[in-house]
Parts: sequence; C-alpha cells; structure tokens
Amino acid sequence: MDAAFQQATMPDAAMPDAAAHGGRDARTLLRFITCGSVDDGKSTLIGRLLYEAGAVFDDQLTALDSDSARLGTTGGARDFALLVDGLAAEREQGITIDVAYRYFSTPRRSFIVADTPGHEQYTRNMATGASTADAAILLVDARKGLLAQTRRHSCIVAAMGVRQIVVAVNKMDLVGFDEGVFRAIEAEYARIAAPLGFLRITAIPVCAREGDNLAAGSSRMPWYRGEALLPLLDMIEPGARGARDAAFAMPVQWVNRPDADFRGFSGTIASGQVRRGDVVTVLPSGRESSIARIVTRDGDRENAHADEAVTLVLADEVDVSRGDVLTAASAVRASARPRTRDVIEARLIVTGEAPMRVGAAFLVKLGTAMTGATLTAIRDMVDIESYASVAAETLGMNAIGHVTLRFDKPLVLTDFAANAVLGGFILIDRATNETRAFGFVLPDPPMRMARETPLARLVARGFGPAGSAQRKARLEVVTWRLFSALAVAGIVAALTGMAAFAMIAGLADLVLRPLARMLHHALWLKLHARQDAELLDGGGI
Amino acid sequence: MTVMPHLRRLEAEAIFILREVVATAGKPVLLYSIGKDSAVLLHLALKAFHPGRLPFPLLHVDTGWKFREMITFRDETVRRLGLDLIVHVNEEGVRAGINPVVSGSRLHTDVMKTQGLKQALDKYGFDAAFGGARRDEEKSRAKERIFSLRSPGHRWDPKNQRPEPWALFNTRKKPGESFRVFPLSNWTEADVWAYIAQEDIPVVPLYFAKTRPVVRRGGTLIMRDDERLPLLPGEGVENRMIRFRTLGCYPLTGAIESEASTLDGIIAEMNASRASERQGRLVDHDGMASMEAKKQEGYF
Repeated sequence: MDAAFQQATMPDAAMPDAAAHGGRDARTLLRFITCGSVDDGKSTLIGRLLYEAGAVFDDQLTALDSDSARLGTTGGARDFALLVDGLAAEREQGITIDVAYRYFSTPRRSFIVADTPGHEQYTRNMATGASTADAAILLVDARKGLLAQTRRHSCIVAAMGVRQIVVAVNKMDLVGFDEGVFRAIEAEYARIAAPLGFLRITAIPVCAREGDNLAAGSSRMPWYRGEALLPLLDMIEPGARGARDAAFAMPVQWVNRPDADFRGFSGTIASGQVRRGDVVTVLPSGRESSIARIVTRDGDRENAHADEAVTLVLADEVDVSRGDVLTAASAVRASARPRTRDVIEARLIVTGEAPMRVGAAFLVKLGTAMTGATLTAIRDMVDIESYASVAAETLGMNAIGHVTLRFDKPLVLTDFAANAVLGGFILIDRATNETRAFGFVLPDPPMRMARETPLARLVARGFGPAGSAQRKARLEVVTWRLFSALAVAGIVAALTGMAAFAMIAGLADLVLRPLARMLHHALWLKLHARQDAELLDGGGI
Repeated sequence: MTVMPHLRRLEAEAIFILREVVATAGKPVLLYSIGKDSAVLLHLALKAFHPGRLPFPLLHVDTGWKFREMITFRDETVRRLGLDLIVHVNEEGVRAGINPVVSGSRLHTDVMKTQGLKQALDKYGFDAAFGGARRDEEKSRAKERIFSLRSPGHRWDPKNQRPEPWALFNTRKKPGESFRVFPLSNWTEADVWAYIAQEDIPVVPLYFAKTRPVVRRGGTLIMRDDERLPLLPGEGVENRMIRFRTLGCYPLTGAIESEASTLDGIIAEMNASRASERQGRLVDHDGMASMEAKKQEGYF
C-alpha cells in the first residue's frame, strides 16, 4: 500500500482554483461545437482555427499539402478541411460523418471543439457534440443565407441546452465582403431564433479559407467593428455543468469497500457543494446521515464542489448503492431540487433508426441509475424547422418529441433545465443495446397529483396517462356508453313510467350490448375471417 | 462563480470514466504501455479508487523490443505501488521469428502488438480494457468514442459507434463483446506534461535528454538499445544528446535531439516545437488512414 493511503488533512476553504491545488495552469476550458450545412465550410473553419492558433505542426502541414493535391476540393491549394475529416469514408466523400474532437489553446484558455456533421442522418452525432458544449458556432454560407438546416441545427442545439450562439457568416469573399448581405442574415437569424431562448447571439462575417476575422480583424471588412472569432471565444463565459449555487446532489457511482474498515461512496458532484459535517439525505430511501469524511488521494478535504470527483464517508451505517443520490436539503427553487419519480414528462431526441411507439419498453440510464422504462404516451412532436408542435403516432429517427415515460422503479432526477446531470438520460434498446434516444426531464405538469393514489394509478392503467390522446379516446367511448344507457333508461321511463323498469333496461343495455357486440364480432370473424381494429373500436354503437 | 481550471476538469472526467467501467464491467484491465500516457492513466486510477487497491490488474503486451529502461521502470513501478501486472508475449510470433528489424514495422506491430493484445484479452477474459490513447494524437482517434465497443473479434466499426451525450455512457454489451475505454480522450500532449509536472508523476527517464548511442537511419535517429540492431554498411553509432517524445519499440521510435533534461525544459520545448508528437512513430506512416485500419483490426 502506498504512502498516500495515510490520511492527511488539507484545509480547502477556497474554491478549487489552481492556486489551492498548487497547479501551474490556471487556464479555463471552453467546449464548443460547430454546425452547419454541407459545404458551408465547417471543417475548413476548424482546420483554419487550429492553424491560426498554432496547433498544426509542420509534419502535419506537409501531409496536408500532399493530401490537398490528391483529395482536396480547392484545386490543389491547401484544403484545411482535410485536417479534420479523419475517417477514410469522410475523406473519400468529402463530408463529415462523425463528430470529431479537436484541441487547441490560447494563453487564456484551452478549447475542445466538437466538429459535427450537417447531414440530417447524422443528427445524433451533432446532438452528442452539443451535449457538452458551452457555446455553438453556426456556419452560414453568405451566398445562401439561412437554410432549413440552419433552423434544424439551432433547434437541436437549443434542445441540448446550449445557450450561447455565434453565427459565423462564411464565404464573405464570394459576396464581395458586402455589409448588406451580412446584416440581412444577422437580422433574419435573430428573428428565427427568438423562440429558442438563447442567452446571447453574436454574428461575425468571416472567410474561413483566407482567415478573415478568425484570429484578428479583417482589413477587407472594415465595417465590422466586433471581435474576431478567436478573441470572442476567449471571452465567452463557460457554464459550469453542475450549478454551484444549487442544492448539493451526488449520484453514487461506485461503493468503495476495500476492507471491513472503510466504506466510501464515490461519485462526481452534480450540483452544489458539500462540507464535512453536513447532513445528507439518501434518495430514494430518504435515510439521513452526515458527512464524516471527504476522501481524496491528496488527503481529506473540508469541502467539495460541483464537477469534482470525490469519495464520501457517512457517519452512520446506511444502505447506499450505485444509482442512489446523496442530497442536502436547502432553500433552493423546487425545480432544482432532486425529486423521486416513476412517471415523468420528457422530451426525446430519437437517435436510433427504428421509430419509437407507445408501449415500447427500453432501459433508461439517468445519472448512475439504470432501470426499465415504458413509453406510455406521445404528446406531440416538434417540427424542427418551423418549431411548431404537431401530433404524432410514432417518433422516427432524428425526431424531437414530448412524451410520458413510466419507470420500473422510481428514479431520482431534476428538470433538465436545472441540471443536465440528473435531468438528461438515454434510452437503450433492450435487445440490441443501441442508444435509441436522448432524453430531457421536463417539469412535472401543474395538474399532476403530488403522490399518485391507487385509484389514479388504476385509471392510468386502464385509460392511459393523464392528458394523453389515448385516455381522451377511451374516455369518449366510456362516456358514450353511459350516455346511451341513460338514454335507453330515459325512453323506457317515459314510455312505461316505471323507474325500476327503466333502471333494469338501462343496466341491461350497458352490460348486454358490449356482450352482444363481442358475440356478433366473433361470428362475423368466423364468417369473413377478417379483422378490422377500427370497427372493433367503434364499440358502444 | 469560479470555473474549475481545465486540468481539474480533465482529471475529474477521467476519474468518472474509470469508476464507471469498474462499476459496470465484469473483468476490467488497464493496458499499461509504460509511456507517459500510461503513467498518467495509472495515477488517475490510483486516485479514482483510493484508499483501496486498484480493482483490476495491469496488462503489458511485451513485443520483446521495448527499451531496457522501460522494462526497468515498469517493474519498479509495479513494486513501488504494489500492483498486479500481467506481461503477455505473443509466443507464436516469437517462434515465427517476427521482429521489427527484419519483418518490418507493419508485420511486427500486427503480430506482436495487435495479435498479442487480442490473445491476452481472450486468454484472461477481460471485457473492458483501459487505454491511454488521446484524440489529439491521430485523426481516426479523434473520432473514436470514450467507450469504444469491440465485436467478439475485437474489431472496431467506425461507422456504427454509439453516441455519447453528456457523461452518459451506454455500457451495455452482449456476451463476447468488449469495450476499449479511453479516459484520456480529451487530453492533449501539453495537458499530459502539465499534469505530470503538477502531480509529480514519475516517468521513464528516456523522456529526458541525455547523451545516448544513436544510429542515423533514413532521416530518423534510432537509439541502439542493444546489439540486436544490426548496423548497415556505412552506418556508425554516435553519441548524441537526445530524448524521446513518445516511446514504443526501440527500432521503430525516432529520438529527437534535445537539451531538455527537466520537466520545465520538456514543456518549453514542446510549446516551441513545430513537429507533431507522433512524427517519430514509424508505425503511423504505413499509408493513409493506417491507424484507422489498424484499429478496425483490433489495435487499440
């Protein structure tokens, strides 16, 4: 056993900045994604950014020049796109298929770039790149202006939680560096992006191939007084993934039990901060204990913050396993506080090829928990070009829809808007293990009962979840049956004047008619050997 | 609100990945190749599972042509930290007389590394193998997932990779399938050295400049680590101040002339360099997209 096994106490009252840890490098990290349509020059922009930032080495440039002569789309001139299109299929087809991650840095910060494909069939790869991005660069071809794809990419980026957008209007050289063209695109984008709720939108006119407005301003566009792209990326505020000001929450990832004397719960803190001595609640069990130690190999800590990977030791012997969430009660917004649910409203982005239908069963992975999940209702689908809500029976690949899910056991979660760690999930195919959808927990609907009563559960099982199209249709059939039985009773009462007689006739109608209907249907099938679900559903006639 | 500096974020991300594998895999293993990336990976693993011992062994696929200082460093590290190490050699390859000098880099790498690795994984039944590969090293690596699913024959299918949103890794697999897992995916060469300096992680002395015997061959400086490297007519051994940016099989790894004998020196030299890290790795230059082809065949 090595020396670090011995305990040491390292007071760490300050935020975990570089100084507190003795680190030399205080640069921050910004992750961004680039998206655009085919031929907007996305890969060229990234290749050029890497080059401008000094992240392309001489041997790579030599290889690039020989590749450019052979495969380039620039007539033999240096084709920066070939720096980033890594897969053989991509270089052959001259398109980006998969998300590629690129790295470069400036004196102020390190960057991780997700270069993502524009093709609709690779939407899931774009959504993947967006999931960890602090900002998105949206490429627009100055000659073509905004396309349906621009609207689609904006919608996906917004759905994945990206709040800062840079609109890079590329190929300005091909429109004569005309300010009018740029301003028109800038204004049009502000208009179409209005419903998406971005925090900040900045438009920059660029020429990626020649490097205008990338590292420094362009003498060819003196009318543009804003920042060039690299200086702008240096200034964008990266969002902490786990909000520090929210209540403490840590999904337990692994129980560290090397021997009988030590039992720690390892995980990465999703939100808030924790201090030694804090009282914590284990969800979903609800048991309480307090933090006895915050263990790291660099010594015990007094406190720890969101995004840090730690091991917590509790003061009491409580039952905790992977998938549980350690939380602290705190006076924060209800939407940010983890809650335990077995039925949720969620948004899905479908990533698998097979369409998703009501009744389908999956595995859900949320935080570190995994259980079974059933799609119980599809409420609507978002048209990702017009952003309008439309009705849908199924959700096909790349669709964004609003659904209801029922889990096999309750999960601890938050709204996605409050925290992606406990509000984002994936649905996994039970047979193929394919990732079928990305999911986003939505707020509980206002009408929802705080705790489902047995009656509500029974109604939900028979009629479908509250508010679903399925429930509405079944309720209509049932009310029509009741109404027709009442009508029969009423007619009998009017004709005979005997209440008892009317009641018997009404009840007989209610009970006997469906039986007669089923009998007739069975005979009909025998005669015609043909089934028609629509007709059967016309019950109550 | 303070934002975590990027090395802390990278460290936390890697620890999360290491723990996720141990929590979900049946029998994980850490592919230990003795280089600086392996050193960082091992250090992160010690942090992730502290105060416990590593819940998996280390596996070194030995081609028989590693620098002697690498083997010494490996054995010393294992002893110092009390680790379980499995050393696997492809005996069939040895019997067939495969070696980098005569067989060429391509055949040697395929038989002794790729086939050797597959043999070892199958022999011990490992279903998840950690590797120290980084996405900034090579173009096809830039597109590989952190959890890279391999078929029962260890093949990588670049066109059928699972999306990895947030930190939600789909760790489900069928019998016979396995994962290669890359906790350092988002690290760069500069990050690795900055972290080694920050955490004071021991690395093989070959990374530091020293006077060593080299042969100049085809524009590359090859260190003559032992007598097995035959001298061609007209070649002579000279003593030069050199160091290595990456470490592999010694006849396939080019040295660079350097005065950098300290960590600060290495970092300064790297920042000023105009050549990429893998320039000295002869195995990468066996034709275009060659790393992609190797990975599809099961190379990690």
